[in-house]
Amino acid sequence: MSDIKVKTAPVLGVDGRSAGHLLEVDNLHVEFRTRDGIAKVINGVSYHVDAGETLAVLGESGSGKSVTAQTIMGILDTPPGFVTDGAIRFRGKDLLTMGKDERRLVRGEGIAMVFQDALSALNPVFTVGFQIAELFRKRRGMSRADGYKRAAELLDLVKIPAASARLRDYPHQFSGGMRQRVMIAMALALDPEVLIADEPTTALDVTVQAQIMDLLAEIRRDRNMGMILITHDLGVVADVADRIAVMYAGRIVEQADVHALYGKPCHPYTLALLDSLPRLDLKGQELNTIKGLPPNLLRIPSGCAFHPRCTMARDICLTQRPALVELGGVRSSACHFAEELYGRE
Amino acid sequence: MGRYALRRLLQAIPVFIGTTFLIWFLVWGLPGDPFAGRCGEKACPPAYVNYMTEKFGLNDPLPLQYLNYLKNLATGNFGQTFNGLEIGDLLAQAFPISMKLAVVAVLAEALIGITAGVLTGLRRGSFLDNLVLVSTLVLIAVPIFVIGIVARYAFGLASVSPEAPWTELIIPGLILGSGSLAYITRLTRVNIVENRRADYVRTAVAKGLAPGRVTGVHLLRNSMIPVVTWLGLDLGALMGGAIVTEGIFNIRGIGGLLFGAIARRESGIVVSIVAILVLVYLIVNLLVDLLYGVLDPRIRYE
Amino acid sequence: MSSPEVATATAEAAVLPTTPAAAEPPRKDKPRSLWTDAWYELRRKPLFVISAIMITIFVLMAAFPSLFSSVSPNAADLNKSLTPPDFGAWFQFGKGGQFGYDLQGADIYSRTIYGARASIVVGLSAVLGNMLLGGFFGILSGYLGGWTDSLLARFGDIFLGLPFVLGALVILSTFAPVQSSPSAVRITTLVIVTFIMLGWPSFARIMRAAVLSTKQLDFVHAAQALGARPGRIIFRHVLPNAVAPMVVVGTITLGAYIGAEATLSFLGVGLRQPVVSWGIMIGDSRQYMEAAPYMMAFPAAFLAIAVLSFVMLGDAVRDALDPKLR
Repeated sequence: MSDIKVKTAPVLGVDGRSAGHLLEVDNLHVEFRTRDGIAKVINGVSYHVDAGETLAVLGESGSGKSVTAQTIMGILDTPPGFVTDGAIRFRGKDLLTMGKDERRLVRGEGIAMVFQDALSALNPVFTVGFQIAELFRKRRGMSRADGYKRAAELLDLVKIPAASARLRDYPHQFSGGMRQRVMIAMALALDPEVLIADEPTTALDVTVQAQIMDLLAEIRRDRNMGMILITHDLGVVADVADRIAVMYAGRIVEQADVHALYGKPCHPYTLALLDSLPRLDLKGQELNTIKGLPPNLLRIPSGCAFHPRCTMARDICLTQRPALVELGGVRSSACHFAEELYGRE
Repeated sequence: MGRYALRRLLQAIPVFIGTTFLIWFLVWGLPGDPFAGRCGEKACPPAYVNYMTEKFGLNDPLPLQYLNYLKNLATGNFGQTFNGLEIGDLLAQAFPISMKLAVVAVLAEALIGITAGVLTGLRRGSFLDNLVLVSTLVLIAVPIFVIGIVARYAFGLASVSPEAPWTELIIPGLILGSGSLAYITRLTRVNIVENRRADYVRTAVAKGLAPGRVTGVHLLRNSMIPVVTWLGLDLGALMGGAIVTEGIFNIRGIGGLLFGAIARRESGIVVSIVAILVLVYLIVNLLVDLLYGVLDPRIRYE
Repeated sequence: MSSPEVATATAEAAVLPTTPAAAEPPRKDKPRSLWTDAWYELRRKPLFVISAIMITIFVLMAAFPSLFSSVSPNAADLNKSLTPPDFGAWFQFGKGGQFGYDLQGADIYSRTIYGARASIVVGLSAVLGNMLLGGFFGILSGYLGGWTDSLLARFGDIFLGLPFVLGALVILSTFAPVQSSPSAVRITTLVIVTFIMLGWPSFARIMRAAVLSTKQLDFVHAAQALGARPGRIIFRHVLPNAVAPMVVVGTITLGAYIGAEATLSFLGVGLRQPVVSWGIMIGDSRQYMEAAPYMMAFPAAFLAIAVLSFVMLGDAVRDALDPKLR
């Protein structure tokens, strides 16, 4: 791999299709073969991200948002996880069918990932300097000294005070927020084109959360990266994301521009999510909540998977699964009453 | 860490005193005639008994005898056998041989055990995994003395020569370490299996590192922490645990010396050997504890 | 721990706005305790089933050896000295000679069967003794804490500081010198007492840990606050918690003790004539490896299978009781 990279987006796909995206997940299906049966974790997810844009993937735990990210990175645990259908194209080339070595080189350099819990994601027995410099040494063939020098620069970039002194520290010697910065520095080391951030702030204090989100947004802007932000926290999304994909039971139920989605949600699940946000103007009233629990993926409900918890559910929802339909050419929703919701005032 | 080491060292002192006293008391302190049967069929002549009683201070009160013994021990004086040999000399001959044997055993454990453990941990449920599992069960189940006798017969081995060169110690060492070898294999395997799915291994993969580096550096380094500490403890234990192996192969180490001393009721040798082995055991324990902290930076000593 | 994503309700889900408890559907599975769960798990494990069957056979052998052999283990006929095994006799009960005859002309099959008793009696008694003594001191340390705890810990260290075979060698040779021939009951008791002396601190540590972890539990605090007496708390709350680790360590230790008993008997400091023991038989066979390999093969095989059965049983029980490894 050469040091110099030319960023061009969108890219022309190898199959000759134009309008190829930088990273494109296409009709992905993943199942977990467990002792209790087959859990269909992802059932035809498609989304894409281009350079300089942030896609937020929103959903409860078990919605398949993290599994999708793991499949993109190629770090899905197999077994139990198996990809049964679909494609993941990066710069037009399908990651799922390319050779092992070729795919390995995409990791870190093409697509990098920031994990949720930096304490467990960083190796406890190596210094952070070692773990970052390792990338330069093994992937760029740099000397130990140069690797550490670059590592210090990165720690500086993610605003860790006294960066070069902290290279010799172990992960457990950092605070939660600082540790997540280390994680981000590591992901940025090889200058990736797409950054996947899997719940990067869930394990952090609220005040630190905002700092990390700001840092990510700033870096994304400076480097013109594509970013996939995986989260269950609606509050985080609004300021950072360009587009939002809402996932439920392994499917995308609504996808829209961030303003459109917040302004007029067109799926009952999104509606319920937004409704349940605490609002200052409704202070004193009881908080709205979504009834019921996320579905058991071993027994996904018939028809629309959301129907047992949906306030709008009718007979058709029990038998027919709604397709993801385009609304006004700019957004889509998978609900039998999507047009109704889109048409309301 | 220095303070922790010091505290542990201080804690070890009463244990050392207690253990040596226990053995010393069993060997010297219990009522009985220490010279019974020492002069062939007949009873020993009174002159001999008086001389020996005087020489070993057997008329002193028990606590004084023990204190005298400790005092001598502290100055490196192990005393003499009943027939006047310096126990210190006997130990100086035997100890290096036992140590060599223990080193061979631990090296074999580390080399074979860790390799087998890693291979089976990475390929859980494979043919190799099952084969190794069965082999470890056999090694655990069949006592060392059976393995030793069978091996000696099967390979037609002669006794190990008195100088105990390294080459002659290979098979006895392997046999001595066989039980621990099985344990190391299982311990390595369990740790590899457990850590394989750890988040930091996943991170290493996501960094685009080559599979060899992910396994050889990130996975192995973490999985080795309990294994290495266990190997350290085993080195200490094996120095004293070689009685059976040394007996079967006629190796002139500590174990053989001890067993002969017990058969001949050479009390001085027995107590001295136990004292040394307990000391080794305690020191090794302390070192392994400190080693643990070196291997795992998360450990803090307070 | 197959996949976190499959879990239907996790801590993360609680962050999302959902109605807690109220809307939670009743669990369809019957509430299963640790033990019923473990039992369910164990029944399906071939290793567990095999080792349990083997142990049952060994225990039967120890209790009623005459069920397996009608020949006396001590009847020696020098005319039969070193007669090789008669494989034809394997299917004729009461004939003898299945495994051949030893130097004295005693029936090896019969001796091997009768040898199970020594192993089982020593192993079982020593482990039970360890559990009682270690359990008692463990409760004492854990419950009283403070200097009692430190004192007992140091006291236990004295025995743990002795390598097992070494310690046993010295103790046994003191009370039963190498050339002496104590009675069967005396030497067996001595071996058991020696094992308990050297083994109790390990069991005390387990019990102490169980006591300490139980003391932290809220319902124990509640029981204390309500004025429950220590004895009641120990029996109702602490002991049930300590049973699982005690059973696991006890089973594995039992296997190890059977091996240790044989080793010491082999060395001539453990059990000796007139007790029939696999270790003694193997020791006797040493000089005849070439002429009569069967003298060693059969007792060694029984010994190995017995040790293996207990170790495997302990392993299986631990796996079943430790949900972390599932």
